[in-house]
Amino acid sequence: MRKTDILIIGGGPAGLAAAVGAYEAGARDILILDREERLGGILKQCIHNGFGLHTFKEELTGPEYAQRFIEKVLEYQIPYQTETMVIDVSPEKVATCVSRQKGLERIEAKAIILCMGCRERPRGSLGTPGERCPGIFTAGTAQRFTNLEGLMPGKEVVILGSGDIGLIMARRMTFLGAKVHACVELMPYSSGLKRNIVQCLDDFGIPLLLSHTVVDIHGREHLTGVTVAEVGPDLKPIPGTEKYFPCDTLLLSVGLIPENELSEMAGVKIAPTTSGAEVDEQLQTSVPGIFSAGNVLHVHDLVDFVSEEAMKAGANAFRYVQGTLSKGGRKVPVQMGFGVGGIVPQFVSENAEDKVSFMFRPRNVYRNAKVIVELNGEQIYSKKSMILAPGEMVNLSLPPEKLAGLKTADSILVRIEVPEA
Amino acid sequence: MKNVYDVIIIGGGVVGCAVARELARYRTKTLLLEKTNDICNGQSKANTAILHGGYDAKPGTLKAKFNVLGNAMFDRIHEELEVPVQWNTSLVVSFSKEGHPALERLLDQGIQNGCRGELRIIDEQELRRREPNVGSTACEALLVGSGGIVCPYELTEAYAENAAMNGAQFLRNAGVTNLRRLPNGHWQVISTVGTFETRAVVNAAGVYSDVFNNMVSERKVHIHPRRGEYYIVDKKYHNMFHAAMFQLPTKMGKGVLVAPTVDGTVLIGPTAEDIEDKEDKQTTAEGLAKALQEASRTWENIPTRAFITTFSGLRSTGDTGDFILGEPEDAPLFFNCCAVESPGLTSSPAIAKWISEQIAGKLELKENPDFNPIRKAIPKFREMTAAEREAAIAANPDFGKVVCRCETVTEAEIREAIRRPVGALDIDGIKRRTRAGMGRCQAGFCTPRTVEILAEELGISPLEVTKFGGGSRLLEGYLFEEGKNHA
Repeated sequence: MRKTDILIIGGGPAGLAAAVGAYEAGARDILILDREERLGGILKQCIHNGFGLHTFKEELTGPEYAQRFIEKVLEYQIPYQTETMVIDVSPEKVATCVSRQKGLERIEAKAIILCMGCRERPRGSLGTPGERCPGIFTAGTAQRFTNLEGLMPGKEVVILGSGDIGLIMARRMTFLGAKVHACVELMPYSSGLKRNIVQCLDDFGIPLLLSHTVVDIHGREHLTGVTVAEVGPDLKPIPGTEKYFPCDTLLLSVGLIPENELSEMAGVKIAPTTSGAEVDEQLQTSVPGIFSAGNVLHVHDLVDFVSEEAMKAGANAFRYVQGTLSKGGRKVPVQMGFGVGGIVPQFVSENAEDKVSFMFRPRNVYRNAKVIVELNGEQIYSKKSMILAPGEMVNLSLPPEKLAGLKTADSILVRIEVPEA
Repeated sequence: MKNVYDVIIIGGGVVGCAVARELARYRTKTLLLEKTNDICNGQSKANTAILHGGYDAKPGTLKAKFNVLGNAMFDRIHEELEVPVQWNTSLVVSFSKEGHPALERLLDQGIQNGCRGELRIIDEQELRRREPNVGSTACEALLVGSGGIVCPYELTEAYAENAAMNGAQFLRNAGVTNLRRLPNGHWQVISTVGTFETRAVVNAAGVYSDVFNNMVSERKVHIHPRRGEYYIVDKKYHNMFHAAMFQLPTKMGKGVLVAPTVDGTVLIGPTAEDIEDKEDKQTTAEGLAKALQEASRTWENIPTRAFITTFSGLRSTGDTGDFILGEPEDAPLFFNCCAVESPGLTSSPAIAKWISEQIAGKLELKENPDFNPIRKAIPKFREMTAAEREAAIAANPDFGKVVCRCETVTEAEIREAIRRPVGALDIDGIKRRTRAGMGRCQAGFCTPRTVEILAEELGISPLEVTKFGGGSRLLEGYLFEEGKNHA
């Protein structure tokens, strides 16, 4: 059986940064496994710019951003193996993987960092009625076809859902000569970044139909059109508001789901609110020595935060291998108060030594609202924002001195406070 | 000498393919004509996948007879053709004490029909012991020991592959447009791919089987399509129910089924709606809502976020309520397998055996001493042990390349699905033969690679790759001049 100190599953932005983080913390026995032919993960097909503003203070394309980390991996001579699919991970941290070159291998690691990313929610899971014809793609699959394979899915496009990939693909398809008729969003707000709505829809005159959804799909042999209707506050279509859009392509951007199949095999506890692993502030999961970072932990808005999180996971994994990772004592649960959806971490150690970062998505759009953290009934953090929206993650961090009260606390509460009307 | 077939089978569904295999036991020249791009592309691909015990049909009917006969043949089918079969039992659940007499009637009917295995009414206590997740109003059930589940695609493909191995010919995209009786007593079969002469015809055309019967016989048949809508639930919920959970039919309706599938998912459905259009396989908001509402008696709090997909299928419902099998009096050597709806899948091997015996008798066919009943399944990487996986990759490195992540389907399996006799020609064909694209992501990740492999194996451009033949192309064009995509 092969052995390694730190095994990183996934060579996308999280995996690359985890490797760099581990190396820079001192690790020298690291292995990255990736199922695709080349490192870089989903960034390979994200040829638009806007990456790296936080990390590198410049605007990079996805492949450029990935390349910065790939170059570090090469410089540090961190081994990686592509076209290798991990098919099992045990709680004892033995991974089983397969590849053309090496067949079936078992790799025993002292620490594992889960960096498998996420997948797109497909049409089937929405239960949208109608025909089951070709012409319906998740936005990411269409993006792969156009940006990596040089193949065009269609010319008359409707986009269902306003997640970031959908917005990006609205612009991309327009650049490629398609007509994007509308972007249809079930909720009264977009789940994408504001800047993408402006740069990808508004700049091209593509209407964003909020509180609308696709209620029927037409075309037996190939998509010919969709029926769109307005929805009420109960999110149910309002009869009489149906409108027909002829189109040959329907792109779906209706949600991303962390791919935690391997995490579950390893016995890692999954949090229902994020669909990712439950972790503490060190990004360690419920299985000692298994860490999780990036979109497999929770779906991020910006890759910069993925890198930051993964570097931390990498460094902590090395400390775990060294036996120097703080045990931290009792785990204090993080409670999600009003307006807070899917927070990470779910637990904070009572003896947390470093600053503790929290990330979450607001559950709705809130104006002039405050993000508040309470410990033992006392506010230890409060920050007012002009606007909070589900599309933009809230990222806050607390220095250890603010968290002294953890030792006596049953929980730590994060909530949003909206001004009274 | 003129090219005359012994038998031409119209329709490549489960019955047509089963007949092709049974006929291969004789020395025959058999041709199967399938209208669409693939076998198993109509009723056979969209049904409950249940092996019915045989309690449901009225005693004395063909449905009752062939159901019980067919059910008993599946152990052998499993052995010979490596088709996934599980005898997980069926339960017909009553949700009201008033249902007891109806359960007794079903029990009595099952005994009369000669159902094999255990058949008895179980009380609430035993029901809940067997199925702890059954809905709170369930009060008793009929236990059907001979109830099972099967993979309907692999069953149809296995019949076809084994028939082809033994000499049967298959043509797809071959729609029959007319049938004529020739002066020599043979049939002339006119199709979109040419005109053929044959001694006998088997009509296994599913929802269109009335059309062919009515071309040659004055004993008219009418098939009206009855649409059923279904959900598939993530395999995470595989252990919710062990048996196929039927609902006892009441005045309110036939009820819907909640059943595990051999692939590990859970199936919910079907609704029953009579429609006019034989091609209308849409799902509808009303139908899906109805399926869910009815199923929620069996499975309270169905996890709607765990739906993988929805689909609909058409049953070939005839006006007699029973199967219509064999030669009409006025059309000798034309053999109907007409109005074969549920329990058609279970009955298929028995129907095929009976029909082929009829044909063999009439045509005086000789036994084929070379008939080989064994068909090996495409090796399923996901079901292999570690040692088997190691050996598989060593023998063929394509087993080391996982294409479908959700169902762990390798490139080797996909290539074999295309290369086999009566192999896959399109994306849906690969899906049915390997499960690539049937998992949680519903082909989001694997489609680009599957398109590439299909194009490579079939020697076509990616633009010519279809989802299910005809005009169902996936892609519209190249972004750059052809061949310059990978500069």
